[in-house]
Amino acid sequence: MAATVSTLYSHHDRAALLESRQATRENPWVKGSILVAALSFFGVFLLLPLLVVFVEALAKGWGTYIDALTEPDARSAIWLTLGAAAISVPLNLVFGVAAAWAITRFEFRGKQLLITLIDLPFSVSPVVAGLVYVLVFSNHGWFGPWLSAHDIKIIFAIPGIVLATVFVTVPFIARELIPLMQAQGREEEEAAVVLGARGWQVFWHVTLPNIRWALLYGVILSNARAMGEFGAVSVVSGHIRGETNTLPLHVEILYNEYNFAAAFAVASLLALLALLTLVVKSWVEWRARRD
Amino acid sequence: MSIQVQNIHKAFGNFVALDNLTLDFPSGELVALLGPSGCGKTTLLRVIAGLEQADSGKVLLDGEDASDTHVRERQVGFVFQHYALFRHMTVFDNVAFGLRMKPRKDRPSEADIKRKVHELLQLVQLDWLADRFPAQLSGGQRQRIALARALAVEPRVLLLDEPFGALDAKVRKELRRWLRRLHDELHITSIFVTHDQEEALEVADRVVLMNHGKVEQIGTPDEVYRHPATSFVYGFLGSANRFEGRSAAGGIDVGGTHLATSAHHVGEDNEVVAFVRPHELDILLDEEGAGIPARITRVLSVGALTRVELEGSGRQDGQHYDVELPYESWHAQAFNAGQPVRLQPRALRVFAQNETAGTR
Repeated sequence: MAATVSTLYSHHDRAALLESRQATRENPWVKGSILVAALSFFGVFLLLPLLVVFVEALAKGWGTYIDALTEPDARSAIWLTLGAAAISVPLNLVFGVAAAWAITRFEFRGKQLLITLIDLPFSVSPVVAGLVYVLVFSNHGWFGPWLSAHDIKIIFAIPGIVLATVFVTVPFIARELIPLMQAQGREEEEAAVVLGARGWQVFWHVTLPNIRWALLYGVILSNARAMGEFGAVSVVSGHIRGETNTLPLHVEILYNEYNFAAAFAVASLLALLALLTLVVKSWVEWRARRD
Repeated sequence: MSIQVQNIHKAFGNFVALDNLTLDFPSGELVALLGPSGCGKTTLLRVIAGLEQADSGKVLLDGEDASDTHVRERQVGFVFQHYALFRHMTVFDNVAFGLRMKPRKDRPSEADIKRKVHELLQLVQLDWLADRFPAQLSGGQRQRIALARALAVEPRVLLLDEPFGALDAKVRKELRRWLRRLHDELHITSIFVTHDQEEALEVADRVVLMNHGKVEQIGTPDEVYRHPATSFVYGFLGSANRFEGRSAAGGIDVGGTHLATSAHHVGEDNEVVAFVRPHELDILLDEEGAGIPARITRVLSVGALTRVELEGSGRQDGQHYDVELPYESWHAQAFNAGQPVRLQPRALRVFAQNETAGTR
């Protein structure tokens, strides 16, 4: 990530340099029309929908808005969403660091396969992922009989939702760390070992501080995805109100019931989460640049 | 501490980095591993440190087999080519790292660490940089901090991988002298890797010349320079003019020109290759006399030495020769570019051709 950020910024400096000289300055008409085209596109397709969400959410007043968020089913959806994220993000944190470490520090058979597998959730439709879990864990699935014999419920229950969430968020942290750790190389870690540091000391004192901002960035993105995931979760959830509905699923149900104000109210929570994510993400990028 | 390397073999896929190599590094010396890139010198250094595992063979540290000793227990100091300073730590914390990582029972108190780190920073003359981060230092400063960090754990051996490789020419010269002085003060067995022959000859007590994973020659800088054992060593240690020919009675025959020299070690009538340093080659105006016929193509007379570039003529057509002579003697003989001359070597080193096969 740090590399991407720095190239972005050197481009920025370069643009400023080109702009400051008469000889390299672009025709104002060209500049103006490109700017207008870009800004109106973003306005119509990104900013306007965001505004609509909040306008619609508050269309029937604050009372309805608060009620929509505090009724038991909504509260349960909020808790389930937070819970699924609280489990899947730490799991991905451990997995992502371990995978990035293994890929960038060791040579082993099947390394390329591991890299490809990490990318799988990006390339496959989340619905397919959900269906695969149904196939494997549902009552009629491969492990169905064994699971029901031991009274374990995965599909149409919370474990299924967590599984689906973990699946779709797998790439975020590993993908963020691999290029950075590749660029940094292993010399610092080797230096630490020669100086007598043990494995965990190397990780704690050398590896982790060097990747902390990329790691945090990955955590933020993976958290945003975990809370916002719809497709995979929708397949395995079973849409049981108050039990297996996450926030995005709850929005869908309310909308299908023509309860627009409530649907937008809940959607506004997700929109706020997105805005918060952007703010934290910018802060992390700023800190990473400063280091 | 002495280091012995016995029958070390190391290959990366099909590439043989170290070819059954055996070497002794006596205690307290500063040794240079010199060779072209890819000759296996860095690999050897990493095998000694334990950062790389040899396919076969042994490394003895102080006479003890270290093959199963973990890197962190070998008590070696390693200075990496790009320093590998911990970028998120201050200079002080970098140097203190090795002391702070010790097991609790061996760890000095924070006050002792502080004293020790400042001693080391004074030794490398950078005490005033203790609170800076590596990114705020110049290359030469980073190099010295890396050295202080390696010395902090009181290593028994100091290994330096291309210690001056990433520095500009002026800083490199300064640091060379400084490293030599430091070694004379500390007397710690040190090995440094370099591809720069000038650096090796100037700094080291002993030079090990390596090529293709093998040792070509070991000796003091003077020995290897004056008595190169192989044509590779001759060619690698400074610039050289090369002649190909056949050995003949009392000399060699190069394209019909007889050059008198002692060549009996290669036998008579064998393919030979002979070398002469640019300052050991005389330019003679006598067109018909002895020597290799050549033509002056270019003259560079900057500084005390004048460099003359020549091209062979007659049967040596297309050959390139370099001659160096003091500016005064150049000035005394009035040569012109394009002028036909003869080249007469004063000191010629002759090697059998088959012995050079594959080294050039």
